[in-house]
Parts: sequence; structure tokens; C-alpha cells
Amino acid sequence: MHPVLRTVLQRLGLGIVTLLAVSVIIFSSLEMLPGGYAENVLGQSATPETVAAFKRDLGLDRPASVRYFEWIGNAVQGDFGSSYSGLSGSMKRNVSATIAPRLYNTFFLAAMAALIAVPLSLLLGAMAALHRNSWFDRIVNSVTLTTIAMPEFFIAYILVYVFAVKLRLFYPNSTVSIGTPFVEHLYRAALPAITMTLVIIAHMMRMTRAAIINLLASPYIEMAQLKGVSKSDVIRHHALPNAWAPIATVIAFNLAYLVVGVVVVEVVFVYPGIGQLMVDAVSSRDMPVVQACALIFAATYILLNLLADIVSIVTNPRLLHPK
Amino acid sequence: MNTATPPVRAIKARRSVMESIRRDLKTAPLTAWFGMVVILLYAICAIFAPLLAPYGESEIVGKAYQLSSPENWLGTDQIGRDTLSRLIFGARNTIGIALITTLLSFLVGGSLGVLAALKRGLLDQGISRVVDAFLAIPVLIFALMMLAVVGKSLINLIIILALLDSTRVFRLSRAVALNVVVMDFVESARLRGEGMRWIVFKEIVPNILPPLITEFGLRFCFVFLTISALSFLGVGIQPPTADWGSMVAESKSLISFGRPAPLYPAAAIALLTVAVNFVVDWFLHKTSGLRDGH
Repeated sequence: MHPVLRTVLQRLGLGIVTLLAVSVIIFSSLEMLPGGYAENVLGQSATPETVAAFKRDLGLDRPASVRYFEWIGNAVQGDFGSSYSGLSGSMKRNVSATIAPRLYNTFFLAAMAALIAVPLSLLLGAMAALHRNSWFDRIVNSVTLTTIAMPEFFIAYILVYVFAVKLRLFYPNSTVSIGTPFVEHLYRAALPAITMTLVIIAHMMRMTRAAIINLLASPYIEMAQLKGVSKSDVIRHHALPNAWAPIATVIAFNLAYLVVGVVVVEVVFVYPGIGQLMVDAVSSRDMPVVQACALIFAATYILLNLLADIVSIVTNPRLLHPK
Repeated sequence: MNTATPPVRAIKARRSVMESIRRDLKTAPLTAWFGMVVILLYAICAIFAPLLAPYGESEIVGKAYQLSSPENWLGTDQIGRDTLSRLIFGARNTIGIALITTLLSFLVGGSLGVLAALKRGLLDQGISRVVDAFLAIPVLIFALMMLAVVGKSLINLIIILALLDSTRVFRLSRAVALNVVVMDFVESARLRGEGMRWIVFKEIVPNILPPLITEFGLRFCFVFLTISALSFLGVGIQPPTADWGSMVAESKSLISFGRPAPLYPAAAIALLTVAVNFVVDWFLHKTSGLRDGH
């Protein structure tokens, strides 16, 4: 088997194992509670009969292993069961039906932020690296160090204050619904997308800069320069083939970071995404929704890292020419 | 052999701690100075909060949502408490909780990391694999999920975040301890018959301390931001405790009316993390000298 293919398959296998391990952790979080979830929610005054009835309603009376395989089996097919809220009433809320439109909104927002942030930060990072120690580099460096350390909601509220309240260019709340037209959706999601762009651009730029500086310091680049190869050829033929791996890692790392940042940003802008759904579900301790959201977030995170690893394996020039 | 011939000139083997601190401070860049001054001010605020704050932590001093006035410099909040006093008390609560959490995380993660590096074998493999699985889940998401399971309370928040963060500490302390464990002086201590405690505290810990201290600054920032984010989302530190994250959430509706109320506590958070980052950055430059490759 070709070594590239073998390494990729190994990495894929590892990714699937990680995903399974994470799903076990997420599922068993409910079992870790000393005394049990039902007892904890109902309080100490609950009679054993109430607890048993509550458990039967939630389906918690069956063994955990059975429930796990049922849960993960359905989850793979996109069915996350029914929510705890409205359980006693006549109407059962389906978790997947609740999540689906919000998932679309969240991916819309994340994609928008990524499309602005990725090219911009790669460009800025490369420029800072090539003009190292210039005034441009210094300014960019201290500005990014400052924005990295700021909480997302601080950046978000500054933007709201300036652009929505003072200048009245955008709405302070990004309410969208299923019927919102695409352009309107774009406009309403602009402010949250800019917030997230600012949050990840700093990380991404610094990492790009560090990766490129690291690369340019390697002996074979110096060798090429000493041989008299032109500057653009050094970058295109010598530096770039080895740069894809670190760049892919930087992008994946930051997109994964985006997944987390989205939770806070959605709450700030009252944007109906999956992050806000999860926060609401946490407050009401609606476990099927919480676990479904956690699984989606974790899976995205793992898949992005997996993708970065595969890109760096496939583009690694050393693996393409096996001895 | 006696010491009949005294040395011509007293040679100092090494600088005293105070001297080297003074030397380091002299060469510190402006950003690091800024960071240190800000951290000092925050510490003073946190320690002397009851003396500095004009009003009590949850004392109702007037009507709700008052604008700033000579009595209430930053106005009042949604139930008429003085915003400035809550900000000052918030320093104590928010920083204190983040500090406790980080310390706990280092205690757990650091000791497990050193232990894994020393013992290797099955123990190391076992802990490392579990930690790997935990590292694959973003901390904020995991913390949210665990808070949903165990319910929101301060103790739960501290324990959950400390345990989640300790996985990161474990990774680093194991990695640096592994480099030290294979050194000759550890081997000779072993052959000398020194006990576990000696090897850990006299041989390994002093050598892994510098990277761990820098990491402590970064982990503190991370924990502090995560706690603030959770409080902002309403599942972290609960009222009536004055806390910056929840203060942002409580006053967020005011921004639509053109009042920058949520910006004050948010700026308080941002300023501290920026300051810690500046100091850590300087530390990294100083201790490694190879950051950024020049």
C-alpha cells in the first residue's frame, strides 16, 4: 500500500476511535452524577415512587449500555430522541427537529466568519513574517496580542455600541427566522460574523507568522538563497510545499476555536443558533438537547483537526517520495 | 587541607534572588511594566475591596438604572446597586475564583503529570489515553454539559473547570518532566537511594518550574475567560455575588439605549487578561530566548 494512503487511513481510524471515546464520555456524563440524575433534579424530598416514575418517563430505567448503543445508533442517523421539556404534556419535542434549523444558522455564521478571516489572516500573517521586525510587524504584533486576550463579549459589545447604537449601521440583535431571505440573513449576521473574525484573526495571524518564520529559518531555505535562487522562487518552490501542513493546522485550529466562540457570540446577538440552544438547554437541564449539541460541537472539532492532519500528510513532500 | 589562603577577592557564586529580580525588572519592556502595574492594581482592588468600595457588595443605594452621578460614579444596576462598588467587589470574586480553580488544576494536573513521567508504563498509558479523549472536546462545551448534569453552583463550577483544565496541565508537565527524568542527576539520586519525595521535589520540580510558571499565567487567563464566559451565559457564578461576567449579562439590555454599561465589567476582564498576557510574553522571551526565532 502507498505510504500516504496508509498514514491517512491510520489517522482516519484514530479519528473514529476518538469520536467514539468522546461520545462515550458525553453519554456517560449523565451517569457520573453521584445519586443519579433523577434524584438530583427532583430533590431530596422526592419519594422513591416519583423518582421511578420520572426515570420511566425519561427512559432512564433501562441499563446504561443499552441506552448508549440506542442513542449513538440513532444519532448517527440524525435522530437525537425527544427533549425532556414538554415530556409530560401531549406534545413530544423532537431534538433533531429543534436542532436542524439552528444548526444551519450556526454554520451560516461560522462559514461567513471563516470566509472573511482565513484569507485575511493568512495574508497579514505572511506579510508580518516576510517583513519581520518592521513597524508593520510590531504594530500588528501588539494589536493581536491585545485582542487575543479579550473576551468575545467585550469585542461584541464594543462593535454593538459603535456600529449599532451610535452609527446605526446594523441591528443590535441578529434575529433571523427560517423565512429570512439570504441577503437579509447576510446583513443581519454581519456584526456577529465580524466579531468572530476579530476574535480568530489575531490567533490565526500570529500562528501563520510564527509558522512562516520558522520555515524561513530552516537550512534548505538558506541554501537556496545562497545558491542565488530568486526570492519568489524560494517561496514558491522551496518554502510553500512545506508550508501547507502548518497552514492547514493553523486554519483547522482556529476554525475549531470558532466553534466554541460561536456560543458566546450567539448569545450576545440573540442569534438563533445551536450555541444559544445549548445554553438554554443547560439552564433547564434538558439533557438530550445538551448532549446532542455537545456531540455536534465535539464532532466538528474532531473532524476539523482530522482534516488538518490529513492535509498535512497528503501535502508532505517527504511522504510522496518514499525511499 | 585548610583554608589558610583566603581568596584575593570574594567571588559571588550567584546573584541573590532579590538582585536578579531587580536586574530583570530593569530590562523589562514597557508592555511588561504596564502589565505588572495593572496586575498590582487589580490585586489591591481585590484585597482591599471593602475599604475601597463606596458601598456594599449587594447594598441597594437608590433607584434602578440611574445614570452616573456624584453619588454613583458609574450609575446603578437593575435593582439599584452601585455599579462601581460591584465592579470592585467583582475583582475579589472573579479573580479569586479563577485563581483557586487554576491552582487546583495545577495541583491535579501537575502531580499526575510528574507521576506519569516517573512511573511510565501502564499508569502513564492509562492517564494519557483518557486525557487525549478529553482534549478532543472544547472546554467551554464540556463545562456547559457538565454544569447541566450536576446543576449550577460555585463548587461545581470550580471542580469541573479545574478538572477539565488539569488535562492541559497534565500534558505539559508530563512532557517537561519526561525530559528531566532521563537526566543523569535523577539517575544518581535514584542510585543514591533517595526516596520518591526527594526525587520529585528536589530533582524534578525545580527543573520543570520555569515552563510551568509561564503556563500558569496562560492557564489563569484561560480559566478566567472561561469562568467569565460561563457567568455571562448565566450558568457560572450566580447572583447576588458580584462578578464581572454576570454583570455584563445583567446590563446587556442597556446598550440598546445607548448606555455603555456592559462595557465596564467587560473592559475590566479584558484589561486583566491583556496585562497577564503582556507579562507572560515577556517571561517567555526571557526564559526561552528563542521565541519568534530571533
